[in-house]
Amino acid sequence: MKISLLLSEKKHEIAKTWFDLIAGTYPQDTANFLKTQKNRFGNPVGYTISEGIDVILAELSGEMDVARVSRHLDNIIRIRAIQDFTPSQAVGFIFLLKQVIRKELADEIREHQLCDELLKIESHIDQLANVSFDMYMACREKMYKLRANELRNRTSRILKMSNMFKETDVEEKDPAGF
Amino acid sequence: MADKPKPNDLLSEINYTPPSRKWMDTPVEWKKGYYCYGAKPKNLDYIGFPNGREWNVTEQDWKLVDNWKEIFLEGMENLLKKFRSFRLFMDICVRCGACADKCHFFIGTGDPKNMPVLRAELLRSIYRRYFTIAGKLGRIAGARDLTEDVFKELWYYFYQCTECRRCSVFCPYGIDTAEITMMGRELINLLGCCTDWISGPLANCYRTGNHLGLQPHTIKSNFEYMLDDLEEHTGVRVEPTFNRKGAEILFVTPSADFFAEPGVFTCMGYLLLFHQLGLDYTWSTYASEGGNFGFFTSNEMMKRLNSKIYAEAKRLGVKWILGGECGHMWRVLHQYMDTMNGPADFLEEPVSPFTGTKFENAKSTKMVHITEFTADLIRHGKLKLDPKRNDNHTVTFHDSCNTSRGMGIFEEPRYILNSVCNHFHEMPDNTIREQTFCCGSGSGLNAGEIEELRMLGGYPRANAVKYVKEKHGVNMLSCICAIDRAVLPPLIDYWVSDVGVCGVHELLGNALIMDGEKERENDLRGEPLPGMEDKGEEE
Repeated sequence: MKISLLLSEKKHEIAKTWFDLIAGTYPQDTANFLKTQKNRFGNPVGYTISEGIDVILAELSGEMDVARVSRHLDNIIRIRAIQDFTPSQAVGFIFLLKQVIRKELADEIREHQLCDELLKIESHIDQLANVSFDMYMACREKMYKLRANELRNRTSRILKMSNMFKETDVEEKDPAGF
Repeated sequence: MADKPKPNDLLSEINYTPPSRKWMDTPVEWKKGYYCYGAKPKNLDYIGFPNGREWNVTEQDWKLVDNWKEIFLEGMENLLKKFRSFRLFMDICVRCGACADKCHFFIGTGDPKNMPVLRAELLRSIYRRYFTIAGKLGRIAGARDLTEDVFKELWYYFYQCTECRRCSVFCPYGIDTAEITMMGRELINLLGCCTDWISGPLANCYRTGNHLGLQPHTIKSNFEYMLDDLEEHTGVRVEPTFNRKGAEILFVTPSADFFAEPGVFTCMGYLLLFHQLGLDYTWSTYASEGGNFGFFTSNEMMKRLNSKIYAEAKRLGVKWILGGECGHMWRVLHQYMDTMNGPADFLEEPVSPFTGTKFENAKSTKMVHITEFTADLIRHGKLKLDPKRNDNHTVTFHDSCNTSRGMGIFEEPRYILNSVCNHFHEMPDNTIREQTFCCGSGSGLNAGEIEELRMLGGYPRANAVKYVKEKHGVNMLSCICAIDRAVLPPLIDYWVSDVGVCGVHELLGNALIMDGEKERENDLRGEPLPGMEDKGEEE
């Protein structure tokens, strides 16, 4: 018996419990909405989380296609990076998966002595959390860049006209001669 | 950033579940990126708004006047008397929840107080307490006292609503939550608590005629830039007129299209179209703003700003008015202008000089939407178009809230798009037309300091764009709103990437075959047209 096989067999239960825990990081009314509205355009947050964790679970128990996992992880982090969460709350939903696996597979892990394998899977989850934090920072940095660019773009023509703003000319010599 | 962790934080198991509380017991958490800066007194003084002062949203003391509560309640009483719809909307909600999950801010932020029903309830609870008999029972009747904290809560959430009216589409009673927000903001303005982003453009617009305060010579020299670019791209020198008396038509559009990218390219599209037609029209440096930030503050201010359009039409002696691509500008023109500043009996019923089409829908306001005008021209074969020039674009269309839900413009822009480009794909049904998702930045919320809120509010829209990008390879998001053109690029950049944003008339300008034009190598942005990519290098 391999833990990856168990993960695969129980993926629906695990995904549901994990999703419910993630939905539980939102206020109760919102959690209900995230769980019940199934239309992907009417409930993009719920859909993105649900789709993302299905992929992450499938890859954890399978080949671990890094590009695929990253894409879906990024979709989730991109939302939580700007929602009303602290940085640890934004990425911490990854650790909730550990709780879910320990709970859902407790009997099997004990019965088949799968602790070593469990540790291995949990290391993968830790690695996902590491990657998530990088993604979180990239999203925050993106926000700062957008804010700066937006300020510039909105008035770029006027600033250009009044000679207050000039496109950077790489050929131009620094007047100070550096 | 979080404070230092306490021992319990480190020892307890990870649990992010927020406490379960009734909404009246849930205090507002002022999250940076979710609230605008407060109005500066000089701007409020300029437009004669009361109680302007130096104040800071993040400070405990908002420096409200001593009798602020009386002013608020008296103002509310006046609005209830003046607008039957307001009293009706305060009375009839049965909290069925049909609107609850329709708001883009709720969907994006996940904050229950952004459910339209609950946002309205913030004000309704005050209404019950002070204007109904049952309200004397207090909380059991859904009523609560007006306190400073309650006022701040109203402020926080009424500036997290873009007045887009998506929720009202689903309300079985037809409650227009946008109007509740409008009333809420009127009351907020009585206490001098407007936002900086709204009050600045408001004062500029009142003084100079447009949001940035561009003076006539600046507007004109901005146009010179555009005309030089157009000449370079087409070989045709366009020569528009300004403030010309006796022109047949006055053209009014949002001023953002004079100076901000990508709006300027839409403006270039208008210039080419009018030149090619030989339209007898004029621009105005007095009525130089289609947008109306009064709409976001008070009905009186909206009326004052709007009055410039008819006044200028009268002064110049034009026959009718043509309006450019804009969102809330059109809600004001279509729904309010006629009764606010009309009747415009000095103007004529608009008739297209090229097709003879009578715009009977504009019989009373005398103002025609540019997409109606252009779609009619195309329908009558009055324009020579080469849609292949837009073959590098796979286009979708974002219905702006105000033109779609506010005035029912659905077909005209699509008709134009299908005539000027070969690759057009719709976004999913529940994200377009009447059910369109807002850009997340309307009603004066396109302030830089609330970028996070805007990104979340615009997420449902961006999500649909991402879908058509992945499904159909869409790389251009077209729209007919200046705010959309300003705010969709960063929104798309964050959520989707590699999808451009343009006005419908920019694509028309690309496709339009001008008399006497040189071989067109570039589009209006100066980028090579499809098939012309190597041309620049050869030369």
